[in-house]
Amino acid sequence: MSETSHIGFVVAAYALAGATLIGMIVAVVADYRAQLRALRRLEGAPRGPAPL
Amino acid sequence: MPNLANPTAFLGLVGRVLPYLWAATALFFALGLWLALFVAPPDYQQGETARIMYLHVPAAWMAMFVYAVMTIAALGTLVWRHPLADAAQKAAAPLGAGFTFICLTTGSLWGKPMWGTYWVWDARLTSVLVLFILYLGLIALWRAIDDFGRAARAAAILTLVGSVNIPIIKFSVDWWNTLHQPASVFRLGGPTIAPSLLWPLLVMALAFTLLFIALHLMAIRNEILRRRVARLVAAAANEGAAFAAGPDLIPGARGA
Repeated sequence: MSETSHIGFVVAAYALAGATLIGMIVAVVADYRAQLRALRRLEGAPRGPAPL
Repeated sequence: MPNLANPTAFLGLVGRVLPYLWAATALFFALGLWLALFVAPPDYQQGETARIMYLHVPAAWMAMFVYAVMTIAALGTLVWRHPLADAAQKAAAPLGAGFTFICLTTGSLWGKPMWGTYWVWDARLTSVLVLFILYLGLIALWRAIDDFGRAARAAAILTLVGSVNIPIIKFSVDWWNTLHQPASVFRLGGPTIAPSLLWPLLVMALAFTLLFIALHLMAIRNEILRRRVARLVAAAANEGAAFAAGPDLIPGARGA
């Protein structure tokens, strides 16, 4: 294989690693927002016996 | 020094530290990528393909480092019973899986032009694949058991059993004949890699490490919040509140 054809492997490696790292960051941030939403919903929800 | 065993104190510390940590992570990634892509010379044999090293090697180091962190956290759960140890262990597993995935895929993309194949069942590659499967198994175990305490103990035992794989990965290139090259940075007698290639590699490794620390702190914070949500749901259910809908109110209650 020529040197030029190797560039594709380098680009693919950086693209794949970048996508994976961004995916990890997005997953953690999305989970944080989901927990905050749930906490706000629960802390704002009424307590005690269910209304009839 | 805040009491890190106290989740509220831990959350306060995370809130204060994270902005600086993210700034340092962005700075070192920018510097590392600039050095790796524009400053470091091509390898005299491998040419431009050697630039994959600046992702592959830090990801490989992180794959093992994260498992070492999880092993210490497993000891924290089983021996010292630290209140945040199981949260730290659970939070680290998906991050370790991500770094191991990067290590395997970039290694495969490096192997094809250099070795002529994407994969060989040699000791180094196989033991890293075993590490990846271990991470996936731990994530699955957390998801399979609803009770946080039981899941933590089971995951801690599996983590400790799996830790035997870390020295196997490290020394596989010395113990067996492998297609993978032997260690060229962390070895007796010092690095064999040229400084012009070593410095970009070390900067990228620091960037990966900072990213892991930032994400790990955030993921532990998520775990603490998830348990607060679970306690509130349980309390609401006990009080007979109308919204006692169970796990539907807990995002990722099954181990996300």
